[in-house]
Amino acid sequence: MSAVAEAEATQYLTFKLEDEMFALDISKVREVLEFSSVTKVPRTPEFMRGVINLRGSVVPVVDLRLKFGMTRTEKTVNTCVIIVEVSFENESMVLGALADSVQEVIELEPEKIEPAPNIGMQLRTDFIKGMGKRDEEFIIILDIDKIFTADELAFAQEASQSAS
Amino acid sequence: MIGEDDGLAAGREAFKEEAAELLAELETSLLELEENPTDEDLIGRVFRAMHTVKGSGAMFGFDDIAEFTHEVETAFDMVRMGKLAVSKELTNLTLRARDQIRTMIEASEGKTTVDHNVSKEIIDSLQVLTRGSSVSAAGQEPETETRKPSDSGDITHAVTYRIRFKPFADLFITGTNPILLINELRQMGNCMVVAQTDAIPHLEEFNPESCATYWDIILTTTHSSNAIKDVFIFVDDMCDIHVEVIDEEGEYDEDEGYMKLGQILAARGDVKIDELKKLLGKQKKVGEILVDAGIVDSGHIKSALAEQQHVKEVREQRQKSTDSAASIRVPSDRLDKLVDLVGELVTVQARLSQTAAIDAQAVLTSIAEEVERLTWELRDSMMSIRMLPIGTTFSKFKRLVRDLSIDLGKEIQMTTDGAETELDKTVIEKLNDPLVHIIRNSIDHGIEKPDVREAAGKPRMGTVHLSAGHAGANVLIKIEDDGAGLDKDRILKKAIDNGLIAPDAELSEKEIFGMIFAPGFSTAQTITNVSGRGVGMDVVKKNIDALRGLVEVKSKKGTGTTITLRLPLTLAIIDGLLVKIADEVFVIPLAVVEECVELTKKDIERTHGRHVSNVRGNLIPYIRLREHFLIDAEEPEMEQIVITEVEDKKVGFVVDYVIGEHQTVIKTLGRVFKDISGVSGATILGDGTVALIVDIPNLVRSVERHEPVAADTVGV
Repeated sequence: MSAVAEAEATQYLTFKLEDEMFALDISKVREVLEFSSVTKVPRTPEFMRGVINLRGSVVPVVDLRLKFGMTRTEKTVNTCVIIVEVSFENESMVLGALADSVQEVIELEPEKIEPAPNIGMQLRTDFIKGMGKRDEEFIIILDIDKIFTADELAFAQEASQSAS
Repeated sequence: MIGEDDGLAAGREAFKEEAAELLAELETSLLELEENPTDEDLIGRVFRAMHTVKGSGAMFGFDDIAEFTHEVETAFDMVRMGKLAVSKELTNLTLRARDQIRTMIEASEGKTTVDHNVSKEIIDSLQVLTRGSSVSAAGQEPETETRKPSDSGDITHAVTYRIRFKPFADLFITGTNPILLINELRQMGNCMVVAQTDAIPHLEEFNPESCATYWDIILTTTHSSNAIKDVFIFVDDMCDIHVEVIDEEGEYDEDEGYMKLGQILAARGDVKIDELKKLLGKQKKVGEILVDAGIVDSGHIKSALAEQQHVKEVREQRQKSTDSAASIRVPSDRLDKLVDLVGELVTVQARLSQTAAIDAQAVLTSIAEEVERLTWELRDSMMSIRMLPIGTTFSKFKRLVRDLSIDLGKEIQMTTDGAETELDKTVIEKLNDPLVHIIRNSIDHGIEKPDVREAAGKPRMGTVHLSAGHAGANVLIKIEDDGAGLDKDRILKKAIDNGLIAPDAELSEKEIFGMIFAPGFSTAQTITNVSGRGVGMDVVKKNIDALRGLVEVKSKKGTGTTITLRLPLTLAIIDGLLVKIADEVFVIPLAVVEECVELTKKDIERTHGRHVSNVRGNLIPYIRLREHFLIDAEEPEMEQIVITEVEDKKVGFVVDYVIGEHQTVIKTLGRVFKDISGVSGATILGDGTVALIVDIPNLVRSVERHEPVAADTVGV
């Protein structure tokens, strides 16, 4: 992780999954939508919640809670879809991520971010860019590109194999 | 503001695009010329294509291309003048030259490198051809002279001048010959000269040493007025010379004709407007009236008429050239963007109609209906913009057939039909590869060598017939050959050897022919560089599937094969049938839907739970979409079966409820879902939610594959 990249990205969007605080680099976030309905695409993994209509284009939506081994996101008044731009197979792609509630945009100095410890996280550390600290609370900063690598999204074959 | 470099770069891009088109046209024309070597129209087309490539090539700095093309153009200039006959050799060379030009253009993008030896060889051979017959090239024709100004790139555009050259009476004393001056003008462009002879006295008073004549000259040229005045520079003090611009390209209002005769005369000061108006009451032609009244003499009238006609001709010529360019070039991504927007509009309009129907307010309803009408019109014209005639693709294959048949030592002609049939641009682009493979197959495997054909009582020359035509919402493209036809037994044997089917499998003729589309399948005994490696026909199947089209093979041993491609007119919007399963809505393309029937629990009991239903005595298997899509919900008491027909097979799909028709704007699901079977895309419904489009043929195939009986025999 280079120091230069760290110094540039100082604004983060924070959101909650269950009671835990997570954050995404604001430059990756396009917009935040209210979560209304999603159309499930058959024979896809559980964490792929389906597709939504984003002003005329069809955008896949991912349940981060399921992805991180938590329980399925249930719809509440606070549930949001964070529309992010990720790079997938070297091309940028628009994706929606479900969050229980979106908090705020914060600024974090690079020196306030520490690498995630390798043990005790109960979460794949390669998804994590670092741990931020704010008002005695830990914020898990996610590396959104890593979450949606080609391997992670190449579920289709598994799905069809398990179905047959 | 665009920088000069940007402008040039854009120009170069435009040139490449233009050149690609011109080269395609060149190829077509050359191939036609080969058949009709004396067709002047075709010769003209070849020449013009060459000439434009040369001209615009030079303009955008492709000097090598311009230089090379010039040599080829020279040869065709001679053909045009009848000094060189069109021979097979010439068309061969020119076709090679065309390929070389294309290579040169590609090389400028760094894709390939140019073998200059090839260029030189082509030019040398061309020169041998032209020199052999250019003995009579001495007499230069004036026509070629008039074309020179634009060739040498003198300046911009053509301007028409009115020149009155009125020498003083003592002109001849200096030894000046006015005819030479006028001839000089004639060389500058399209020129019309009227001599004014009214001042010439009667013979007894005539002095041959004094000049009593003057001239009105109408000249259309790309030279400037200074250049015209330069012609008269040595007689400047011995004549009156007026040069006026009367018509200029670009300044001209297309709707209006040129000035009336009276206006011309008035503009020249030959007649006063009020005198003219006085006389206009009489019903004779203006010219006659004026002569009768003695206001102007017939010479002036003749000159003015000449001017009128000249300008008219020049403008007609220009009109013609603008007519042929009455289309504009638009980058296709802008069109795609427009299609997307229209798609969104269709979606919003559906919402509006839905809202209006709920509210049931008369005003809102009528607005909604108006918007609906406009939206459909917009959609239709949008679609028609994307439609292109398939002819351009057809003509590409002429070359393929020609070259392949020479390579393989066969005599084959290609005939086409329905080249004007229009198809969506994307469909045409994606059709190219499948057609290449099919035609290659016809030529390589289908059509026999001339001797074999003769022995079989067929004409030596084989025929590949390519035709296109509409059939409802589909376009049918047929590729017919009169070759040997498919050998059923050999295909069957090969399929068994390759383990594609079980040795004891009983297959219909259609299923056997379908085998040729299996990957890795080839019955050619020897592998040529054309085909036989078994890649190809599976590509055909794959591409046509991707276009939501169907392939059909008919063949009779000994008489030939017909392959029919059935394609949808457009890819962007289809008619769909909305169906509901639990809370999910799906779209089934209406094109494959035959009918809908009910399915009750009792029906299911009657067939002992087997997935077949009895529709008016016909046994139709069905697939429960609910099971295939793993939807967890209680099925209703009464379900419905949507019966579809794909590749002559009827298969039912069980859904909870059929909602109705829906104009479906197809959206791709993106790369994340690219491997999902059974779903070909998505669409946005009136309420803004997303519905998935069921990929019927794919679904049928994947279900067939997973049936235990077929699982062992189909080894994919």
